[in-house]
Amino acid sequence: MTSRRAKSRTIQVNYLTRVEGEAAVRIRLHDGELVDLRLQIFEPPRFFESFLRGRDGREAPDLTARICGICPVAYQMSTVHAFERLYGITIDPAVRELRRFYLCGEWIESHALHIHMLAAPDFLGCDSIVTLADKNRQAVERGLRIKKAGNAIVAALGGRSVHPVGACIGGFTRAPRREQLADLREQLLRVRDDAVECVQWVSHFDLPAVTRDIEFVSLRNRDEYPMNEGRIGSSKGIDAEPGNFDDCFEEHQAPYSNALHCKVKGRGPYFLGPLARVNLNFARMGPDVTSVARETGIPWPNSNPYTSIVARALEVLYAIDEALRVIDAYQPPAAPAASFEVRSGVGRAITEAPRGSLYHAFETDQRGLIRSARIVPPTAQNQAQIEADLRELVPGLVQRSQAEATHLCEMAIRNYDPCISCSTHFLKLEIERH
Amino acid sequence: MKPRIAIFKFASCDGCQLQFLNAEDELLKLAGQVDLAYFPEARSRAREGPYDIAFVEGSITTPDDARRIIQVREESRYLVAIGACATAGGIQALRNWADIEEYRRLVYPSPEFISTLSTSTPIAEHVRVDLEVWGCPVDKHQLLAVLRSLLSKAQPVLPAYSVCMECKRRGNVCVVVARGEPCLGPVTRAGCGALCPAFNRGCYGCFGPADDQNMESFARLLANLGVTGDDAMRRLRGINGYVRPWRETADDIAAGKK
Repeated sequence: MTSRRAKSRTIQVNYLTRVEGEAAVRIRLHDGELVDLRLQIFEPPRFFESFLRGRDGREAPDLTARICGICPVAYQMSTVHAFERLYGITIDPAVRELRRFYLCGEWIESHALHIHMLAAPDFLGCDSIVTLADKNRQAVERGLRIKKAGNAIVAALGGRSVHPVGACIGGFTRAPRREQLADLREQLLRVRDDAVECVQWVSHFDLPAVTRDIEFVSLRNRDEYPMNEGRIGSSKGIDAEPGNFDDCFEEHQAPYSNALHCKVKGRGPYFLGPLARVNLNFARMGPDVTSVARETGIPWPNSNPYTSIVARALEVLYAIDEALRVIDAYQPPAAPAASFEVRSGVGRAITEAPRGSLYHAFETDQRGLIRSARIVPPTAQNQAQIEADLRELVPGLVQRSQAEATHLCEMAIRNYDPCISCSTHFLKLEIERH
Repeated sequence: MKPRIAIFKFASCDGCQLQFLNAEDELLKLAGQVDLAYFPEARSRAREGPYDIAFVEGSITTPDDARRIIQVREESRYLVAIGACATAGGIQALRNWADIEEYRRLVYPSPEFISTLSTSTPIAEHVRVDLEVWGCPVDKHQLLAVLRSLLSKAQPVLPAYSVCMECKRRGNVCVVVARGEPCLGPVTRAGCGALCPAFNRGCYGCFGPADDQNMESFARLLANLGVTGDDAMRRLRGINGYVRPWRETADDIAAGKK
């Protein structure tokens, strides 16, 4: 709806489509000047941090998974790593490898879903994957094959791709035998070519050419692309242990609402997700992936949020290669899970969810019951950056029709693949001031 | 004319509607057989009702949603509640035992602006539901079978027997008998394929109560395995904890009656 009074105009995108969850954008202009801009989340709160209190820590991975049906593996991984720190558990190196493999599966399926079903229709003038399939069935089928391979990895370790059941504190409830991974290896080899074609496909989209001053944040490791561990790093110099999350970032209340925004302490918004990871860890994807990345002609690192879709496609290729590496080197662990004793204490961890760094902190009592839980999902952390990008977009929206403005806002937001269902710490309300 | 399909979301994780998109092999074929009139997660163009079949994901947790579900019912000829949130209130129904004011204060610094109900309730507590598909998440194959049945104007048939039946058919070793592991399989509806026992762990009840569950006997089974008090209560008060037979047994255990 567009309302035109004397010189005021409100652009309201009432229901963002092709994002996971429910949100809206409201932009208020006066004399063409931006008065107010809000990304409003009307996803109902589900109170995970509240009802986790009093639950046994061992139940937590199955409960936090339910925050998000699209990235349950990342929720399980942040939870188990936080508890392993809390209980002083050292995991078997083979389990560590399996967990990389597990997260590769989720990156592949989640990224393939986003690229083909949520984002690509924007660039090709379609309203959904179904109409996209009428135009370019080959690309859609290719995307579905890639996505299916990612789901198959998750199911191999957890029985199903949504809310898989195999992950636990200390490892997995069951480790696959080598021969059980043989078919999966064949499947991954088949979709590797698809993934290369997908990178080429998305890099030829008509990506708006913008450059922004952005602080990119992701985990960083010395030798490998970050997934389940590493130090917090940023393009403006952060280098910290995950346990020191609160020293680096603050949750900040915007003056016009009572929402929580995350900012780098003393600075401003920051950017999480595939583009941040690629920018900060480019060489760690290995020569097979970086050569494909260079052939796109897009410079890496770069500060154009619209290249996120290409970064996402590069991570699909990386995750396929990494999954194949794990399969080829795989020796089952002596025991699928390390044993442990519960105790009181605090454990914190960050893992790289498909959409970016996912922070969990738990405190337990002597019996291993949760006293407090804190969960900071990537979309909540990206919220301030999304609004910053939308503000940059505003001058170009003034002369546009409602449909065009909506489309441009949605495109800018989809760079972050926001997962609004992850509603803990992520609720924003409008308070009109007259 | 192709049947008009709508997919609505209430308080949920999106995982059940994702199962439609996870039908990689069937998706394009299915899309040709129906008119996907309303599916905002996958399509930017939405069309108004009435709809022939509405799939509803999520539970009712806000005053707005309590009004919206009535509207959804009015414009839907056949309404299918999908997943634990829609059929049982979901994991967020744990608030139903808690002080919602305290919950709000714990998560949000300005709790007075959070619009929420003190309960999370299934769709059937608000409107007439034509079919419930259970599971957290719903099983993709069950979902597709339901859709195919409805498209051919047949009444869908879903199993209501327990996970134990599936577990035996799968040839799993019983985790209760062999390892003394607590397992909700005997009182849980089949549909997942007895996943947890196949992964060396006890069932935790994603698919909700089976029709033929015997809670008296199950409470004794837990006690015999040494699972009593709060530990026993928590096992039932989980993803489907607000469904009557489990809710009542868990409440009895919490009150020290079992």
